[in-house]
Amino acid sequence: MLLIHCPYCEEDRSELEFRWGGEAHIARPENIAAISDEEFTEFFFLRNNEKGLTYERWRHIHGCGRFFNAARDTVSDKFLLTYKADLPKQPIAAVEEALAAAQDKVVETWEQTEGDAR
Amino acid sequence: MAELGSHHLATRTLPLAGHHGGSSVVRLEAAPPAARLSLRARAEDVAALSASLGISLPVKPKTSVCVNGRTALWLGPDEWLVIDEDHGGLLQAATDSGVLHSATDVSHRNTAILVSGPGAAAAINGGCPQDLSLAVFPVGACSRTLFGKVEIVLLRTAEDAFRVEVWRSFSDYAFGLLAAGAQDAALSA
Repeated sequence: MLLIHCPYCEEDRSELEFRWGGEAHIARPENIAAISDEEFTEFFFLRNNEKGLTYERWRHIHGCGRFFNAARDTVSDKFLLTYKADLPKQPIAAVEEALAAAQDKVVETWEQTEGDAR
Repeated sequence: MAELGSHHLATRTLPLAGHHGGSSVVRLEAAPPAARLSLRARAEDVAALSASLGISLPVKPKTSVCVNGRTALWLGPDEWLVIDEDHGGLLQAATDSGVLHSATDVSHRNTAILVSGPGAAAAINGGCPQDLSLAVFPVGACSRTLFGKVEIVLLRTAEDAFRVEVWRSFSDYAFGLLAAGAQDAALSA
């Protein structure tokens, strides 16, 4: 069972009690009527869908009912940090360094070594 | 027109009327009717509401306060479930506080199942993922959580007794799953 720490209940709870709430820290434009269609598209429809460290909103829907933010590694499914919804993006220095180092390495994929698609 | 005697009046049947279950280590009972209030308020208004309700609303996660048959359960940072087993009058008391709040009478939305006995925690854990050991979930602890596929509010009323608050339309399912959990608890006891 995957345990998620709820910053409002101050406790680790089963993942069954939680629901995913999309990407976190997306600021709503100050004057949404004044922005262009392209800017609206960027704000409203487009998400990063990153592999690795992502910041997401989660909701403790079958618990305290609150939304909060979580830093999660989408590869290992590990929750690195959860924090209250009103806090700014929390840096995770060690993880970001490790991810940067990993990106420098050349990954041998099948396409690079065997396949025709290059 | 036929004369209406008292025996013609509609009778109210409780959601779990006639249900019985349990095992050698767990006793399952439908709780008697109670008044219930779903209450939401800001932190600065908690003191006034507490004074008006005659019970200090808990502000620490997973805790409850019980005074004179009236219980206030912490559900979230701004949300409480208040249960009155004796009198009622909760909605009026909340209104009398005079501060901004949201109060909804949910007396008939919920019903409760009383689970007691040495296997009570094991029976509930048959469908609930929470750690119900006394160190983590002591007497008076409460939480909204899941039981099987329905949402419940769980309150530990004694070391071996729990109150399971469940929506009335889910109560049949919850009672059935508790009965199954009770039998499992008896097997492993």
